[in-house]
Amino acid sequence: MPLYEHVFLARQDLSQAQVDALAAQATEIVESNQGKVTKTETWGLKSLAYKIDRNRKAHFVLLNIDAAGTVIQELERQTRINEDVIRYLTVRVDEHEEGPSAMMRKTDRDRKRRDREEYE
Amino acid sequence: MARPFFRRRKSCPFEGKNAPKIDYKDVRLLQGFMSERGKIVPSRITAVSAKRQRELAQAIKRARQIGLLPYLVK
Repeated sequence: MPLYEHVFLARQDLSQAQVDALAAQATEIVESNQGKVTKTETWGLKSLAYKIDRNRKAHFVLLNIDAAGTVIQELERQTRINEDVIRYLTVRVDEHEEGPSAMMRKTDRDRKRRDREEYE
Repeated sequence: MARPFFRRRKSCPFEGKNAPKIDYKDVRLLQGFMSERGKIVPSRITAVSAKRQRELAQAIKRARQIGLLPYLVK
């Protein structure tokens, strides 16, 4: 089955528990349709580069999904209905990243970059 | 012999081993290829290869969509 990365943004005034519930809901939708969620990553409350629906910040959640396209359609349909989710993005990928994504690794990459600059 | 207008051709920053992977989630990497106004910097300045520039543009646009990067900075 094809692999997808699904990122959604939840409203800023939700609590972390509510965001986790949203993630669980999405997982539920995928799994009840013979799909698999291989990884769930919460990036926490991050500030946005521009205002979205009067939100300056949003809770970010990333799901790595292994499911058929119809499942994604259903997931996106339900996500659109949900008013707590202000935006989402689903991207098909050839392979899922192992370990934490770029968002979580930020700090150690910076160290590496500094090394490279010294070398140049 | 000095060649005054010769400038070494820079190589693409996304080629070779331990080159960074272009990813819409890697905000800090993508930011390096945007102007202060938030525009994508042309590849003739950053020396990114045409293929990588297309991937880079795609990644930046995705990051903009989910509010990680600005469409414009005033």
